[in-house]
Amino acid sequence: MGTFVPHTPEEQRAMLQAIGLDSFDGLYADVPAGVRLTDLPLPSGMSELEARRTMEEMAAENFRFRHIFRGAGAYCHYIPSVVKQIASKEEFVTAYTPYQAEISQGVLQSIFEYQTMICDLTGMDVSNASVYDGCTAAAEAAAMCRDRKRGVVLVSAAAHPYARKTIGTYCFGSGAEVVTVPEKDGRTDLEALKELLNDQSACFYFQQPSFFGCIEDADAICALVHEAGAKLIMGSYPMALALLKTPGEVGADVAVGEGQPLGLSVAFGGPYLGFMAAGGALTRKLPGRIVGQTVDDQGRRAFVLTLQAREQHIRREKAGSNICSNEALCALTATAYLAAMGPEGFREAARQSVAKAHYLEKKLSDAGLKRIHSGEFFNEFVTSTPVPAADILAALEDRDYLGGLPLGKNEILWCATEKNTAAEIDELAEIVKEVTGA
Amino acid sequence: MKLIFERSIPGHGQTLLPHCDVPEITLDAPGRETPLHLAELSENDLSRHFTELSKQVHGVNCGFYPLGSCTMKYSPKLDEDMAALPGFTDIHPLQPAHTAQGCLHVLHEAAQQLCVITGMDEMTMQPAAGAHGEFTGLLLIKSYHRSRGDDKRTKIIVPDSAHGTNPASASMAGFTIVNVPSRADGCVDLEKLKAAVGDDTAGLMLTNPNTVGLFDKNILEITKIIHDAGGLNYYDGANLNAVMGIVRPGDMGFDVVHVNLHKTFATPHGGGGPGSGPVGCKAFLADFLPGQVVRCADGVYTLSTPEKSIGCVRGFHGNFLVAVKALTYLMMLGREGVPEAARNAVLNANYLMHRIKGSYPPAVDGICMHEFVASMDKAKHEFGVSATDVAKAMLDYGIHPPTMYFPLIVHEALMFEPTETESKATLDETADILLEIMERAKSDPDSLHAAPLTAPIGRPDEVTAARQPVTRYVFEQ
Repeated sequence: MGTFVPHTPEEQRAMLQAIGLDSFDGLYADVPAGVRLTDLPLPSGMSELEARRTMEEMAAENFRFRHIFRGAGAYCHYIPSVVKQIASKEEFVTAYTPYQAEISQGVLQSIFEYQTMICDLTGMDVSNASVYDGCTAAAEAAAMCRDRKRGVVLVSAAAHPYARKTIGTYCFGSGAEVVTVPEKDGRTDLEALKELLNDQSACFYFQQPSFFGCIEDADAICALVHEAGAKLIMGSYPMALALLKTPGEVGADVAVGEGQPLGLSVAFGGPYLGFMAAGGALTRKLPGRIVGQTVDDQGRRAFVLTLQAREQHIRREKAGSNICSNEALCALTATAYLAAMGPEGFREAARQSVAKAHYLEKKLSDAGLKRIHSGEFFNEFVTSTPVPAADILAALEDRDYLGGLPLGKNEILWCATEKNTAAEIDELAEIVKEVTGA
Repeated sequence: MKLIFERSIPGHGQTLLPHCDVPEITLDAPGRETPLHLAELSENDLSRHFTELSKQVHGVNCGFYPLGSCTMKYSPKLDEDMAALPGFTDIHPLQPAHTAQGCLHVLHEAAQQLCVITGMDEMTMQPAAGAHGEFTGLLLIKSYHRSRGDDKRTKIIVPDSAHGTNPASASMAGFTIVNVPSRADGCVDLEKLKAAVGDDTAGLMLTNPNTVGLFDKNILEITKIIHDAGGLNYYDGANLNAVMGIVRPGDMGFDVVHVNLHKTFATPHGGGGPGSGPVGCKAFLADFLPGQVVRCADGVYTLSTPEKSIGCVRGFHGNFLVAVKALTYLMMLGREGVPEAARNAVLNANYLMHRIKGSYPPAVDGICMHEFVASMDKAKHEFGVSATDVAKAMLDYGIHPPTMYFPLIVHEALMFEPTETESKATLDETADILLEIMERAKSDPDSLHAAPLTAPIGRPDEVTAARQPVTRYVFEQ
């Protein structure tokens, strides 16, 4: 057993004596006797070596696929070694939120750099220091956009199901009405959107590309939403920000997204990173920490947590959000990732993801799996399957391939990234052919 | 020091990706028009930039960190190794359950052990932080009353000594907040509580030990008052480190609890996250839990969605790798170690309080729990030295200051939480330094007003930062 308590029994006795007690029991005199535990039914404590073995055995219970063609909100992009090293520096790992600016400049500056990069990527004016993940970013953005006159939140059915569900849960809390705008051909149904928007509409949330990988007509969506006097929340796959029109260029009011593709491993769902940026007019409505630049008492550049009058520790029940801890270390990871890739490397990762996905689509089509949507896609797409999707995925699994995500009995959402090679795509297509007989 | 953008040199970079081995694709959709800057650095320059930044950060590994309410204990390094195992990091969250048995095993085991410690029946690992857990727990309470058709329960009672997240979370969950004044010792005023409850009471949010660092000995009566009024009791687990393995929220009358894995269960805070705020509840609330719950039958783990789930508070299964770290820690502590850690956290707080109380009068005399609050009110009036001045002076001694100006009910508050992982020697050194600082307050108060002198920067101008916000670097076009 290890408790990481450094004291010897003699030291403990001396300390107890100093405070006028002869045993530990005296410390808990205020705990009602009837509820004091006599035993804690947990397994006995382990040595470090035993704990290591036990955890390693648990990790070994997982099946770690060699080839992954599944995305749907969690993406396997290449993570440069330098990124992992930077993110494991103990000072960053073991610090708390940078309340004491004088001894937290490293964390504060890293967040300032992160905010700059998020604004650079999205084309927006101001970014916060991160929120929990892409889904909560969408939900927090919806809360930002509501006011007394406009309380209805519109959400595209072509957005990620978890983002939609999270928005729904947050709105159950606040009492806001959520209206789902139907999907058509893998994208937001523009006609339905036009019909559903009215003078009660606070905002509309959609994703670029859609959950089904389809590229949305962001300009048309923005025009409709703004015409109705509502705000536009645009969710973006970060790699798409390298190639497609940015939320800033589109005219979105809030840009959000899942930052996991920026140097974080898929890790069974977390920790991830929600990014959030807004146009200047909404600065004071942004939730969470924001780092600002200032000077110290000698006029030197310095960074601090700023605009704190928005936050829970000052405003309590009047705060727009309750968030305090965010995903700072993940934001630092994303900053290191974007700097390691550089603008050209990042664009290349995005371009290759698109190229590999299109190569995969062609190969799958030859194997009898046809794409079900028309129009352009980014690095994900949905095919129908002539045989049950489960049969194809099982055959792939036997050969160490994690195929796409089954969306129904006969539909699969596929994904490719720069990490997938032509050779493995070819092999995947061969395995699929064996099942479909194409 | 330079920003990463100021170190960027066009054309510098790294060779990370091979050439594309499939035909290139040009999309017709409207493309990005504005240039993308990011930063262009060699790997060496990039590595050095962050090394330089890391030298301007005080982490637990750098020195003592008695930041009250944040439980900055030492995080065992094994946790980091285990969370970096490819067998965990490379598992896709949407892999079929039979290929992710190890991850589900971790989530199940962590939830089970946290249920044992908190006295709850079910636990969701989805919430990503303490505040997120509060919001989740309050939605369970909301759903419960609604499911009974009891729509008039719209009020959450929060003592004025509570963490700011409590009222903010209750507000996000759609409740009206009833602030109840606490007694001077931060404990609940039973008469005022009785006067505040009614058939509109949805619940009470409470942390025990309270934010003044005392265990509220009336806890059973408090939770009974709420239950008798038809409300539910929410336990804010921020201060669980004092009592884990000693007494359980579930036995004190609480129906819902969140725990902070990044405080009590030793997962490092990362300069502001990732945290993790699992929420536990009694069986009658389990059907409302968010996300998917892991079940185990005959050694096989499966995922199922609770019947009347509130939905999702986040994507997927929460901050999974944080759960890996917390479970690793829990395995090492185990049955004996959990209460042992709590007892020593309380011992350390009392010892430090005892050593400095002549100069740092505690808000309440007597035995404290894992933290104590000292008031600098007297020092301010007598020497013109504020809680901030003392805190800034501590920086020059390599100690992270305690939490300042919280709880709000104590004037010029400094909240110390040493945690159990600090040695007697560290506590003695710190006590000596604090006493020296108070001597300086008497003899040379200006030297404290000028502090810190040895930190990378002096006191920053926060007013200008807020009035004219500069929140990003502007690239030259």
